[in-house]
Amino acid sequence: MSVEVVVFAVCAVVVLLGGLGVVLSRNPVHSALSLVATLFGVAVLFLNMDAQLLAAVQVIVYTGAIVVLILFVMMLLGVDRDDDLDTEPLVGQRIFAVLIGVGMVGAVLAVLIIGGRDAVTGAQSVTGELAGGYDNVYELGRQLFTTYVFPLEVTAGLLTIAVVGAVVLSRRPKDVQPIPEPESMTDQGDEPLTLTHEEAGH
Amino acid sequence: MEASNLDVAYLALAAILFAIGGVGLLVRRNPLVMIMCVELMLNAVNVTFVAFGKMLNDISGQVIVFFVLVVAAAEVVVGLGLVVAMSRRRPGANADDLRLLRG
Repeated sequence: MSVEVVVFAVCAVVVLLGGLGVVLSRNPVHSALSLVATLFGVAVLFLNMDAQLLAAVQVIVYTGAIVVLILFVMMLLGVDRDDDLDTEPLVGQRIFAVLIGVGMVGAVLAVLIIGGRDAVTGAQSVTGELAGGYDNVYELGRQLFTTYVFPLEVTAGLLTIAVVGAVVLSRRPKDVQPIPEPESMTDQGDEPLTLTHEEAGH
Repeated sequence: MEASNLDVAYLALAAILFAIGGVGLLVRRNPLVMIMCVELMLNAVNVTFVAFGKMLNDISGQVIVFFVLVVAAAEVVVGLGLVVAMSRRRPGANADDLRLLRG
């Protein structure tokens, strides 16, 4: 058994357990930490497939920026209490969801089992060779700024739109009554820690 | 470069991860967890792209993963903005409360 197979097996276990942890954790913070495990596993899988730059970007962008952003919003909103997973809001929702999931996996696995390594068809090395004698970073950058230069420019516009949209969404509208400020710094939870004026008066 | 059985195993793993994310997206009602499930699905697609690129000996798979990363970042920013706007009106909001955002 080669090293690649061993690395794949270990990472596959980490990725799948992390994915299950995201879905099955009651606490959203635990879900976020499971997501970190999954993203790290995917980064190692990228390394295993000789995509060195993508592995680094995966760790920096996903676990460094996106998960931190999600955790930041979680702490900002204070949604760190457990979700109720026991009650099923729609009758039969979970069964149908699992059936859809099993159907998706079954369809792909059927193609892969029937087709084997011939399941992937297409012309070899259309854009550029993976191991054309250049580094991974060199080849990626060259394609990004030659063949894919127009999508790259469009991406800049997309990021600008996303930033503007986030600012617009997060702005407090004028017509909506703002949430009253807490009376003291110790009084920010759902349950008031200190007595209100009415209670203190009695 | 000939495709190996390990490459096929990557595709199978990505399919399973995609299904886990999809089931989570359908089942969970916390909007933050739903965003994380979308991230799982996007990552599964990324693994598939890189595996295809490896099997076909083509760099395009990795370039497209780059764009998927950018779109995922933009999606998270907008999604979290929606969650913040929704939770301002009702703390502890779930997916049903998205209708509060109707203008």
